[in-house]
Amino acid sequence: MSESSAPAISNPVEYIQHHLGNMTLDGERPASLVDFSVFFVDTFLVSLILAMLFGFVAWRVGKNLDADNPTGLQNVLETVVEFVNQQVKDIFPTADKWIGPLAITIFVWVLLMNAMDFLPVDLLPSLVSGIAAVFGFDPHQVHFKAVPTTNLDTTFALALLVFGLIIFYNIKNKGFIGYMKVFLFHPFGKFLIPVNIIMTTIEEVAKPISLGLRLFGNMFAGELLFLLIALLAFSVWAMPAQVALGTLWGIFHMLVVPLQAFIFMLLTIVYLGLASQGADEH
Amino acid sequence: MNVTATLIGQLIVFSVLIWFVKAVLWEPIINTLEDRKKRIADGLAASEKGFKDQEVAKEIALQEIKKAKQEASEIIAQAKARDGQMLEEAKNKAAEEAERVMAGAQAEIDQEVNRAKDSLRSQVAELAVAGASKILGKEVDAKAHKAALKELIEQI
Repeated sequence: MSESSAPAISNPVEYIQHHLGNMTLDGERPASLVDFSVFFVDTFLVSLILAMLFGFVAWRVGKNLDADNPTGLQNVLETVVEFVNQQVKDIFPTADKWIGPLAITIFVWVLLMNAMDFLPVDLLPSLVSGIAAVFGFDPHQVHFKAVPTTNLDTTFALALLVFGLIIFYNIKNKGFIGYMKVFLFHPFGKFLIPVNIIMTTIEEVAKPISLGLRLFGNMFAGELLFLLIALLAFSVWAMPAQVALGTLWGIFHMLVVPLQAFIFMLLTIVYLGLASQGADEH
Repeated sequence: MNVTATLIGQLIVFSVLIWFVKAVLWEPIINTLEDRKKRIADGLAASEKGFKDQEVAKEIALQEIKKAKQEASEIIAQAKARDGQMLEEAKNKAAEEAERVMAGAQAEIDQEVNRAKDSLRSQVAELAVAGASKILGKEVDAKAHKAALKELIEQI
C-alpha cells in the first residue's frame, strides 16, 4: 500500500486521476453522474470473482458438512452463520428464511470487496497495465480500480436491492393500503397529510441512499488516503513518514473494513425488521 | 464516481449470490447447528436419566441385599433352633431307649429269678418228699401232705 511508481512523483494529479478511473468496455469515460451506456469491467470482474470465491467456499463447506467433527473452514463459516443468525434473531425476531442468507451474503461479500483495499494500491493497476502493455495497449490509458466498494454502482446495487425488499416487506406485512397509510398519517397524524407524505418519503428514500453512500464514502476515502500516502514517495527523506502513515492508516483500515460490512448488514436487518412490523405498530 | 450499467450487473450477481448462499451454505449449516443442539440436549437428558436409573438400581440392590441378609440370618437362626431341638429329641430318645432296655433287662432278670425259684420250689418239694420217705422208710403220699408241703415251699 505504500509503493509508488516513478511517474506518480512527477505528476501527482495524473497519478490519482489514473487510479480513480475505471476500466470500461471501450475506453470511454462516463459523461455524467448517471450514464448507463458505460460498463465498468474492473469493478464487475473483481466483485464477481469474489462472489464466486465465496460461493465456491460455501458450496465446498456446505457439501461436506460434518455435524460431529467440524474442521477448518466449516468452523469458521459456522461461527459466521451463528453470529449473523444471532444478530437477525435479536433485531428481527419474526424474520423469514431469506433474511439470514441476505444478511450473511451482504456481510461476507462486502467484507471481501472491502478487503481488496488491503492490497497495495499499485499492485493490481500496475499488473493490469503491464499485461495490457504486452498486448500493445497504452498503459496510461488502461485503468484498473481494484476495490469494488469504492464504486457507487456496487454500493447502490446492494442498497437498491435492500430498498426493494423494504418496500416488498412493507406491502407484505401492512398491505398496500396500510403502507400508503404510513405515508399519509406518519409521523404527524391526519391533520398534516402533505407534510407527512414529504417526511415519510424522505425517511424511506434516505435509507438506501445513506446505506450506499456510507459504504462508498468510507471505502473511497480510505482508498484515496492510501493513494495520497503512496504519493509521499517523492523523496527518500519522506520514506519514514510514508511508512509510518501507511502502517497507521492500514491498521485503522483493518477496523473500518469489517466495521462497514457489519454496519451495512446490521442496518439492512434493522430496516427490514421495521418494514415487517404490522400496520398497527406505528 | 458514477452510476453506470455496472449497477445492473452487480444487482444480478448479488441476487444470485444470496440465492446460492441460502441453498448451499445457510440452510445446511443452520440445520446442522440445530441438529447438533438437539443431539447435545438429548445426550444430556439421556445421561441425566441414566444417572437417575443408576440411583434407583442402587437403591433396589441395597434393599435386595438387606432382605437377603435378613433372610439368611433368619434361616441360620431357624437352623440353630432346629439343631438344638433335634439334639434334645435325640437325647430324650436315647434316654428313653436306655430306660426301656434297662426295664426289659430287669423284667427278664425277674422272670429268670422267678423261674429259678419255681424250679427250686418244685425240686425242694420233691426233695423233701424223697428225704421224708427215706427217713420214714415208706412211701409218703405227697397228696396227703400237700398242705404241709405247700407251706414248706412257701417258706423257701
